[in-house]
Parts: sequence; C-alpha cells; structure tokens
Amino acid sequence: MNLLDPQGPVAAANSTILVDSVFIMLAIVVPTIFAILAFAFWFRASNTKARFQPGFVYSGRVEMVVWAIPALTVILLGGVAWIGSHQLDPAAPVPGTGSPVRIQAVSLDWKWLFIYPDQRIATVNTLTVPAGAELNFQLTSSSVMNTFFIPQLGSMIYTMNGMVTRLNLRADNEGKLKGMSAHFSGDGFPDMMFDVNVISPLSFPDWVATTAKTDAVLNEESYKKLMQQGIEKGKPTYRLEDPRLFNLIATQHIPPGPGPELMSDAGRPHSGGHDAR
Amino acid sequence: MPAAPTVEAMMLGKLDWSAIPFDQPIPLIAGGVVLAGILAVLIWVVVKGHLPYLWHEWITSVDHKRIGVMYILLASMMLLRGGSDAIMMRIQQAIAYQSQGYLPPEHYNQIFSAHGTIMIFFVAMPFVIGLMNLIVPLQLGVRDVAFPTLNSVGFWLTATGALLVNLSLVIGEFARTGWLAFPPLSELSYSPGVGVDYYAWSLQISGVGTLVAGINLVTTVLKLRTKGMNYLRMPMFCWTTLASNLLIVAAFPILTATLAMLLLDRYLGFHFFTNEAGGNVMMFMNLIWAWGHPEVYILVLPAFGIFSEVVSTFSGKALFGYRSMVLATMAICVISFMVWLHHFFTMGAGPDVNAIFGIASMIIAVPTGVKIYNWLFTMYGGRIRFATPMLWAVGFMVTFIIGGLTGVLVAVPPADFMLHNSMFLVAHFHNVIIGGVLFGAFAGFEYWFPKAFGFRLDERWGKLAFWFTFSGFYITFVPLYVAGMLGMTRRMQHYDVAEWRPWMIVAAIGMAVLSIGVICQIMQLVVSIRNREALRDRTGDPWDGRSLEWATSSPPPVFNFAFHPDVRGEDAYWDMKIAAQQQSLEHEEPEYHDIEMPRNSPTGFVCAFFATIMGFALIWHIWWLVILGSLGAFATFVVFAWRDHDEYVIPAAEVAAIDRVNLEERRNLVSMAGAI
Repeated sequence: MNLLDPQGPVAAANSTILVDSVFIMLAIVVPTIFAILAFAFWFRASNTKARFQPGFVYSGRVEMVVWAIPALTVILLGGVAWIGSHQLDPAAPVPGTGSPVRIQAVSLDWKWLFIYPDQRIATVNTLTVPAGAELNFQLTSSSVMNTFFIPQLGSMIYTMNGMVTRLNLRADNEGKLKGMSAHFSGDGFPDMMFDVNVISPLSFPDWVATTAKTDAVLNEESYKKLMQQGIEKGKPTYRLEDPRLFNLIATQHIPPGPGPELMSDAGRPHSGGHDAR
Repeated sequence: MPAAPTVEAMMLGKLDWSAIPFDQPIPLIAGGVVLAGILAVLIWVVVKGHLPYLWHEWITSVDHKRIGVMYILLASMMLLRGGSDAIMMRIQQAIAYQSQGYLPPEHYNQIFSAHGTIMIFFVAMPFVIGLMNLIVPLQLGVRDVAFPTLNSVGFWLTATGALLVNLSLVIGEFARTGWLAFPPLSELSYSPGVGVDYYAWSLQISGVGTLVAGINLVTTVLKLRTKGMNYLRMPMFCWTTLASNLLIVAAFPILTATLAMLLLDRYLGFHFFTNEAGGNVMMFMNLIWAWGHPEVYILVLPAFGIFSEVVSTFSGKALFGYRSMVLATMAICVISFMVWLHHFFTMGAGPDVNAIFGIASMIIAVPTGVKIYNWLFTMYGGRIRFATPMLWAVGFMVTFIIGGLTGVLVAVPPADFMLHNSMFLVAHFHNVIIGGVLFGAFAGFEYWFPKAFGFRLDERWGKLAFWFTFSGFYITFVPLYVAGMLGMTRRMQHYDVAEWRPWMIVAAIGMAVLSIGVICQIMQLVVSIRNREALRDRTGDPWDGRSLEWATSSPPPVFNFAFHPDVRGEDAYWDMKIAAQQQSLEHEEPEYHDIEMPRNSPTGFVCAFFATIMGFALIWHIWWLVILGSLGAFATFVVFAWRDHDEYVIPAAEVAAIDRVNLEERRNLVSMAGAI
C-alpha cells in the first residue's frame, strides 16, 4: 500500500506533489538544522576560539534574509498547492480509455457497499474495476462519517449521510489493491478494509455477467438488513433491483442506519441508557 | 421515553452497579491502584497533621506562584495517565497483526480518545498555563495576577475536568469517538453510553477554567506592569503569553458553544449535528476546528516564549531580533484563526477553498521560520552553556523544524489527500506537540524550578532524561511516518497488512525508551529533593538570568518584590546587574512600606467541589443532584461577592526583614562576579 508506488494517475500526481514539496522544503531545512548544530557546537562556552559577541542582537540584513527565506519557500509551495488543488480536484474527471464506469459507494457500519448502477449489480467489501477506464465515484454514508481511500489510487474523500461526495480515479495496472476507511467510525472500523481487483477491460463484462447471475438481490429490504451494525467477513455480491437505490439512501428516503442495539440500562460498553431512544 | 420513572431512576439516574467494569480487569485494577494511592496519600496527610498546612497554604491559596505549581503538578500527574494510555496503544498495535491483540475495540477506542483528550486538555494546557501563572507576574515585576481568586477558581475547575475524565475509568466509560467526538458517531443514536457525556461535561467545566485563566492573564499583561515595563520591553515569554491568552479568550467560547450544541442534541433531542431533521455534521467540523486550530497555537506559543528565554539566557546574549520576534508572535496569533479548514480538505470543498486555506496555513510557517532563525542567531556569537534547559531548546529546534516540514506538507491539499488521518499525520502532530510543547514545558520546568522551590534540579538525571526522551521520540515517531507512507490510517485496533507490522514493533520499542526518559525525569526530582541543601539556590539567580523573575529570591516572598522594579530596557534584570557592577556596591537602606496582598480564599476549591458534583450528576442524569450542585456553586460565588475583607497587610518591618536577607545574598553574588 506504499503511497510512493502509485497505480493510477491521481495517486501518481499526488505522490509527485508530495515528494516535490518535501524536497523544496528540505533545501532550506537541512542547512538550517546543520546551522543549529554547528552554531550550538562552535559557540559552546568552553570553546576559546569562538568570538563572544554579546552585542550582536540585531541586524537588518539578517532580518531581511530570515523573513525572505521562509516567505520565498511558501510562495513557491503556495503555487504548487494552488495548481495542484485545481488539477487534482477530486470532482474533476480523470479521462481514461473505454467508457467510464459509474460506481456508487456507501459506507455502512462496518462495511463498504459498491453499487454499479449501469451494470445493475452491487458488491460488498470488494471493488472490481477495469484497468484504464475512468472511474466515476459517488459516495455517501448510511450512518456515521467514513473516508473512502485506496492508497495506491490516490485522493481520499469523506462519506456523509444525507450528502453525496464525488471522486474520480483511474487504475492503470491490473492487480489486487487494498482500500480502507480512513475516518474512525466505531468498533468495527478496522474491519472496513476492502479488496480492489483491477481486471482487464476485456474481462470486466464477463465479471459483470457472472456477478449478475447471483440469486441475492439488493433492494430496500435487503439493504436495510445489510446496514445493521456488524462486520462482514464474506464478500457477498448482489443483483441490483432498482438502480435508484443510491439516491434513496443519499436523500434519506431510506433512514440512516441504526446504532448499537441496547441491551442493558447502564452506560457501559455494549449497552445504552434509559433515554437512548 | 420510559413510561414512569422509578424511585431508583429518580435518585440515581442511569447509575447502577453495572457501571463498574467488574468484567474488565485492566481499568478496574488501574482504578483500584490509583484509588489506593490517593487514599494512602490522604491518610498520610491527615495522620501527619499536614491537612491544615495544605488547606491554608495550597488549596485555598490565591498566590499565583502556588497556583502555577499546582497546575504543573496536575499536568505531571495527567502526563503519567496519558502516557500509560500511549504505552497501551503502542503495545496493542505492535501485537494486533491478524489478531485482536489484548484490547477489545470498545476498550482500545476509549484509550485513544482518553489519550488525546487528556494530553491536550489536562497535560499540555495546565502545564503551559501553570508556567505562565508562575512566571509572568514575576517577569512583569508585579505582585500578583489581575484576579487572584478567579485564578484559583480557574485552576480548580480544570482539576474538576481532570477528575471527571479519570472517574470514567471506573464508573461507566469514556468516549469511544476520538478526542474531538465527531458527530454523528458521538450522537445519542451511535454512542448511547455515558462516554461522550463524560467527555463533553469535563471539557465544558475545565473550559470555563481555561477561559478565566485566559482572561486573567490577558488582563495581567495588559494592565499590570511595573514602571518602565512598556510593551516593547516585556520579555518574550510575556509576549507569547499575551498572544496565547488572547487566543484562549477568542477560541474557547467556540468550543463551549460547539459542545453545548452537541449536549443539546444528546440531552434534549436537538438536531444540530444529527443525521436526521436537517442536522449538519460539517458544521461541527468547522466549529470544532475553528477552536481546534488556534488551540495548537495556544499551546505552542508559550513554548516559543520559554525557548526564547532559555536560548538567550544560556547563550549569554539578549534575544536576537526582539522586535521581529514580537511581530512574528502576533502574526501567528492572528493567522492561526484563518486556517481551520485544512483539517478537512478531504470533505469535498472546491479547489479554490482548499487552495486558499492551504496557502494560509503555509503562511504561518513564515513567522515560525523567522523565530527559528532568530534563535539560531541568538546562539551565534554567544557563550553557550549546555545546562539541561538548553539541551531541550536545541533538541526542540531540530525536532520542530522536521515537524514543521511535515506540517507544511499536509497543508498542500493534494498531498493531504493521501496523508489525511494517516499515521503520517499522527506522527506530524506528535512531532510538533512533543517536540514543541512538551520539550518547551520540560525546558521551562528545568529552567524555573529553582525559582519556584529554591533549589536546582540534578543535572545528571536531567540530561539523561533529555537524551532518552529525545531519542525515544524519534524511535517512536519516525516509524509512524513510515507507516503513514505505507497507507496506514490512525485508530486501527487491529490490521492485516504485513508491511505495517515491523514499524509498529519499532514504535513500541521507542515508547519503551520514551518511558525511560519519563522515569529519569521522576528520578531527577527524587534525587534533587534529597540533595536539596547541596543544590540550594541562595542568590535567586542560578542561571545568570536576564529578566525580572531572577531579581527576587528563590522561592520569591509572597509579595514577589519589596519594591516595584524600575525597568529601563529589554532584559531588565541584566541591565540592573550591569549597573550594579559599575556603580558602588554599597546601597543605602531603602525605606520599606506596608504591602497589601489578597487574602486566601476557599472559593475556587468549593466552587469546583460543587462543579464536580454537578458534572457527575449531569453525566448520570441525576437531576436533583444537578440542581444541588449548581446552587452550591452559585452560592459560593455569591458568598465571595459579598466578602468584606479581601486583602491583608504585610507590615513594613516584615517586608524589610525578608528583603534584607535577599539583598545580602545578592550583593555577595555581585561582588564575587566583580572580583572575577
């Protein structure tokens, strides 16, 4: 999951900016650290060769330089930030080969649901995408906040209930990647890691066809079952009954997922209080 | 809603025996040990007859020095608690590869939430506020802070917050939401337990304490300065105190309002931040960070002040570029309010918004960089003595630059799109908070300890503590930077990614080294107390200091100065020493006057006692006790407001007796220096 081993153009651009920024800053940070250690060593009290200059407490030239160095660095980096923010706006499309794939991601407690509205299928905790195609994400949450993040594809984005965020990515190479939630969302949070299978664009239709053959159907009813708090160990796949399911979730026509089940009266772990409802 | 409340529910609210975690050995044993420790100390105090002394000299004291010492004591105790949490987390992440480790999620999640809350609110805040309380009036050459009794109230309310957080260890639970309790996770539907209530009420109560401390210190710096101490003659620490407390006064009400809204959601069914009924979590994010970002500068600015004093004193030079430093401090103070959005670049704002806040965040690096260079040039041409405080200062400069680099890096939105919430971020803010605030607190502790207690700290143990902490810091947090670059996100109770594992193990080893540093620090205190006669500071000026706190004895008399010092320039005390060496050493006996000092008052303690009751009752929905607690706190305030005598007089003869001893020691010092 090395950030410096990008598998798509967004991650590549992100990590280039990351590395460039570090080097721009190292250019002044390294000499400064060196100067701190050198001055501290040379001007030690026991060094008789060092000249004691108690009157050296102001110098217009030095002040000019010490304000200018960080200011120039920040101007340079500010340019990087401005251009980078615009080029890598998560909502901006990332052109690719073939037709774009629309994916609607929903963070549930505590699993990921990926809906492919055009293919009329849905998967849990596995994201399968064709290499090279533009991936067009719409994201929301069934309950609490989460962050959708595939480190080697780049740019993460929050998921929030009642709201839709947008993200565009592209995976360039076939292979297996890992994704995760990068925003703490409760007890099952560490189990929100998911597999990303990048397959060849030719085999993608086959995968869709195979997946669509499943008996499991995703509709409002089965979604409500799925959004109960819990960890999903398997990787179920569904036929999507209504391609508008995501809109029903995002617009809260399907109400937000419930919290923990209340078992006793005390305010302890796994339990709730009198007034919890 | 429950149908008809039972008698028990009316008497005890949600509280019953199931609130005590009998099934969880770790918090129960920890709580038991702490409780036994507190009981043992209490019994010892009572049996030995120290109770009247403690009550009259400390608990009811309104002396800024005593209150400062109590703040630092509170912070040190809480540092041990927060540090234990850190050790537990590092061990958990070192072993929880493809396994659940030894901490179940509901426990682990409480630990990281408590760790953050305690370290920021009950370690860093009281430590810096304690140092400011202790030193700022001395540096300004005055006898007390502007509002001495309010100062005591502020301290005790902070202690109330700390007490409530620790109570959650054994009665109920703490928040499992992270240290900022983001909704909707912190809303009643997803966190039905009392954890978030413990979190919110302890911060509400201690937040009041912090706010009054801020008001008090701002007023002190603005209104109480000795003659000749105009703004551009104030020591740097006073400037950073002013900036930091202005930020407290401006920012803490935002925190109070935000938590009040969350509490209204939880207690009265409001919908500020809920998923339902138009609540908006993004509003919480904006509000909490509108407080949260200034907060980090509230912490680090006083540390910058401490380092300015330390670097200048131990280099034997005035601070380089003093006016530039003042400008940089105030620039940081203002800009820190305009950057909060960089905490959530990944929430989907447009590129213009992200870029503007990214650039604004980087701009803070300019005045901060200027400060580093000015310290650097203060060392240039100096005669540097490497006493322990100076080691912390040099360690800080190196460490903080690296933290600054990674900070500016995450201020670049496209880089943050990969690093947000990662272990890299965790490493970054520990880099600046440990490397900046904690190193600063330790430097200030070592530097001003002789002033507070009249004897120096053992240098050998102090240096050991520095080297272990310094190296332990790098061994712990460099691996976290690497883990972040490998995609690891924060708050993972367990994980299945093999490449993260080795770094978590190294970080756990680093934590062990850091712990040795803390043990050395404790050893230093023990050894120094034992050797206090040998380490006695008779002159009041153990470091050849430059500002007015060194112009009085160690520890200073309750009135600080027999005469208000007359300040003629920056480095007031240094100038006095030079003048004294040049002029004849024989002084005429000055004419002493009576000094009026504020009387001690139990108001703070009693107020906090009732606030504790109120907070506890609110958390457990024990409404009659809430009413009792609030009435008690209000009554305490009314009684205080109707007091007749708030000052007492120290007669001139007593002032003279105390001051003559001090002057004698000081003359010996000056004549010895002259002889050399």
